[in-house]
Amino acid sequence: MTNQELKLKSIEYRKKILKYIYHAKAGHTGGSLSCVDILNVLYNKVMNVSPANFDDPGRDRYVQSKGHSVEALYVVLADVGFFPEEDLLTLCRYKSPYIGHPTRKVRGMEQNTGALGHGLAICAGNALAAKKDNLPLNVYTLLGDGEMAEGSNWEAMMLAAHYKLDNLCAILDYNKQQITGANADVIGLEPLRQKVEAFGWAVKEVDGHDVEAMADLLNNAPFEEGKPSFLIAHTIKGKGVSFMEKVLKWHHGVPSPEQYELALSELDRELEKLTVQV
Amino acid sequence: MGIANSKYVPNLIVFSETMQALAELDKDIMVVTSDSRGSGKLVPFGEQYPDQIVEVGIAEQNLVGMAAGLASMGKKAFAVSPACFLTARALEHVKNDVTYSDNPVKLIGISAGVSYGALGSTHHSLHDFAVLRAIHNITVVAPCDNFETTEAIKQAAEMDSPVYLRFGKKGMPTLNREFDPEFKIGKGRTIRQGENLTFIATGEAVLPCEEAADILEEKHGLKARVISMHTVKPLDKELILQAASNGQPIITAEEHSIHGGLGEAVASLLFQNGFRNKFKIVGLPDEYTVTGSQVEIFKHYGISGEGLMKTALHLCEPSNTVG
Repeated sequence: MTNQELKLKSIEYRKKILKYIYHAKAGHTGGSLSCVDILNVLYNKVMNVSPANFDDPGRDRYVQSKGHSVEALYVVLADVGFFPEEDLLTLCRYKSPYIGHPTRKVRGMEQNTGALGHGLAICAGNALAAKKDNLPLNVYTLLGDGEMAEGSNWEAMMLAAHYKLDNLCAILDYNKQQITGANADVIGLEPLRQKVEAFGWAVKEVDGHDVEAMADLLNNAPFEEGKPSFLIAHTIKGKGVSFMEKVLKWHHGVPSPEQYELALSELDRELEKLTVQV
Repeated sequence: MGIANSKYVPNLIVFSETMQALAELDKDIMVVTSDSRGSGKLVPFGEQYPDQIVEVGIAEQNLVGMAAGLASMGKKAFAVSPACFLTARALEHVKNDVTYSDNPVKLIGISAGVSYGALGSTHHSLHDFAVLRAIHNITVVAPCDNFETTEAIKQAAEMDSPVYLRFGKKGMPTLNREFDPEFKIGKGRTIRQGENLTFIATGEAVLPCEEAADILEEKHGLKARVISMHTVKPLDKELILQAASNGQPIITAEEHSIHGGLGEAVASLLFQNGFRNKFKIVGLPDEYTVTGSQVEIFKHYGISGEGLMKTALHLCEPSNTVG
C-alpha cells in the first residue's frame, strides 16, 4: 500500500468513526481520532495479521490497552475484512458484540480490554511465550497517555526489559489530554522519554499522524537489539475535525446533526485536496 | 478417625512436587512467580525446569497479566502467589485478563486463609471465595488434603478455563477415601457417612470436622456425615441437596469470612430449594481478625474439633432451632 493510499484511508477512517459514533450516539471520539493513523499503519503496513491468518499461532498480536478508543479499531478491522462494516450500525446496541471496548466476541480482537493498565503485561506474556517457542512474531500494544499513571504499566515495563522482549512494541497515543484535562495538570507524565529509557526500553518519537514516518519506524523495530521498543506518537486529540481538535468535551462527545455534517465536510475537503495531489 | 494416611505433608509441598511431575511431561507447563518461588516451595522446580519458570518480581498485577499473556499463546500458565495478594491486589487482572478474556490461567493461592496467622490481616485471605464466586468464568477449588491437592492440580492443568486453587502450608494428613476414592473438580467427596447431621466443609476446615465427628460419635453417640466440598464454585448441588434431604442439621465450615463463602453458597442453595434444616455457618466473623497460629485462630473461632462438636450438639438439641 502506498503512502498516498494510507493517507486517504486515514481520512476515510475518520469519516467512518464519526459515522458510527453519531449513529450509536456514544463513543470516544477524541481518542479514536487521535489514534486512528497509528492503527492504519499497523494493520495496513506493519503487522502480519489478517482475517486469513487470524487462527495461525504465528500471527502478530495487537492488544489495545486504551480500550475505550475502540471505534477506531472497529473501523480498521472492518476495512481489512474481519467483519462487514455495516455490523457497526449496531455499535453499543442491546446485545451487540460491538460494545464500547474490545472483546473477543468480535473477530480480530485478541483480548478483552477496557480497564486501563492491562494491555502491556498481557503483551509481555505473549512476547515471552513467542520467544520460548521460537515464533518470529511481534506483539504490539497501544497505550493511552492517561493510563500511564497506572502502576501496572511500569511493572510491565520493568518486566519486558528484564526479559529483553525486543519482539514487543508499545505505541503511546500521546495526545496529552485525558478526561479531566491536560495530562500535565492531572498528573505530570514528563519527562516521559527519559523515564521509559530508564526502565530499559529503546524509545523513538514520531508525529503520530505521519503515516509514512510511523510505518518506517515500526517496520524497523526493534529500535535496539535486546530491548523492547516504545514509540511515543505525538498526536492531537480529535485530529482532523477543526472544532474537535484539543477540545476536551470531545473525549466522549457525540456530534449533533449539524456538527456531524460540518465534520464530514471538513474531512471531504481534505480528501479532495489529497486526491487532487494525486 | 477418618485418616487414611497419617503422614502430615503440607499441601504446598504436594503442589510443588506435582508441578515438577507435570513439567517433566509437558513443556507447555509454565510457572509464574512474584518473588514467591521460596514461599511456593518452587526452588527445586526452578532448578530442574529453569525454562518453565518466569519470575516477575513483587508485582502481582503483572504476575496475573503476564500469565494471561502466556496462556493466550497456548502455555499452561500457573500464577503462584500468596492468596492474600493474588486475589486482592491483582483482582482486576484476574477479572479482566483471566476470566473476562477467557485466558485459562491457573491461579494458585498459596498460604491461604490464615496460614500466615501471626502476620495479620494483610496476609490473610478471607475474602477470596467471596470475590471469585461473584466473578464469571472461574472455578474455585480448596483441596482438603494431599490427595485432593495432587488431583486438583493435575485436573486444573488439563482444564481449558480459569481455575483458582488455594491451600495452606501446614502439614495435612490424607483423609478417608473409602466412600469416594476418586476426586473430580466440581464433585464433592464424602469423607465419612453419618445420619444425625452433616458437616460440609472445604479446604483445611475439613480436618476439624472429622475431629468433631470423632468426638460426637465416641462421646455423644451422634453420627455425623463429613463432606469435603473442595470445589466452592461451581457447587455440587446434587450432593448438598441429597445431604439435606434427611432433614438433619447442616454445619458448614471454612477458613474464610462467614460472608460470601461456602456457607452462604450452601445456605442459598438449600433455601431456594425449600430446605429448612437447622443450619450454621462456621468461619471467620466480620471483625478485626485475631492473630496467632492457624491452629489458634481456628480454635478461637470454633473451627476446631471441640468447637464444631459444640456447635453440632447445640444444633442437635431439639429445643434449639437456630445455631
